[in-house]
Amino acid sequence: MNISVIVFPGANCDRDAAYVTRDLLGQPTHLVWHEESDLQNADLVIVPGGFSYGDYLRCGAIARFSPALKATIDHAQRGGWVLGICNGFQILTEAGLLPGALVRNRDLHFVCDRQPLRVERTNLIWTQTYADQAVITLPIAHGEGCYYADAETLQSLEEHQQIVFRYSSAPGEITEAANPNGSLHNIAGICNRPGNVLGMMPHPERAADSILGQTDGLALFKGVLTQSLQAA
Amino acid sequence: MRGAIAMPTYQAQIYVTLRPSVLDPAGTAVQSGLHHMGFDAVEQVRIGKYIQVTLMADDEATARQQLDQMCDQLLTNPVIENYRFDLAVKTPAIAP
Repeated sequence: MNISVIVFPGANCDRDAAYVTRDLLGQPTHLVWHEESDLQNADLVIVPGGFSYGDYLRCGAIARFSPALKATIDHAQRGGWVLGICNGFQILTEAGLLPGALVRNRDLHFVCDRQPLRVERTNLIWTQTYADQAVITLPIAHGEGCYYADAETLQSLEEHQQIVFRYSSAPGEITEAANPNGSLHNIAGICNRPGNVLGMMPHPERAADSILGQTDGLALFKGVLTQSLQAA
Repeated sequence: MRGAIAMPTYQAQIYVTLRPSVLDPAGTAVQSGLHHMGFDAVEQVRIGKYIQVTLMADDEATARQQLDQMCDQLLTNPVIENYRFDLAVKTPAIAP
């Protein structure tokens, strides 16, 4: 499986993502500078976390005009896999690949924590290796991670099972107390209608190497890899 | 070339506000600060953005059209924000 990780000025999770796909999973991985429009024949494009273009204007607002992201939009529209993590999720919403927006956290704090999430859907390449309704723990680190969409969009997301991860308590209850940032419907990650584009605020790449104590995120990358091997 | 020189310059004052349905925790925090200062009569604070854009255009209608495009595509996110702008002539067209 070929993987490309887009590198924006101000991104800081690009190498972490590449470490998982290249070093832990042994897959050919390219770091693609934002000014490049050649995605190096990628099967999976990762739009990483960080503070692309300094978060100027709005988080993710400027990144979407870069040649690399325009190529990513084309890739997604052809059915290619795209994973947006944290700032990458914000970029995908700004680019219109995913509905809604991510706004300032409810309590104004930058939240940096380990957060339980309930896996809401497992018939996706991203989550096929998780048990249905499994509770996993991933790191979160963001100031603008409060998911917002109008009532109509939320209803549509629910109806089409596009909500992939929800913030939960450790036993898997979806409560306001378990919601770290005020996201509507406790949304931590969503996919587009066909399921080839996933955006999530939690960081699976930071929970992939056992030396860091947690590996719940590795299964997400393994799921895509499994799918890629089956398709080959 | 002559056409470019003859174009007037406009200045837009763009006001970006959060849509009423979007919570504004920063506004709420500032409101609480104002209450602590003794301004008990403050009922609500909402924080937005002010953007100034100076541009050349053939006429006012063209300037407005371009500003609408800028606002819709970059300066605001229509999912969460509304905008309006005031437009004034900064430098009139130079007579050819």
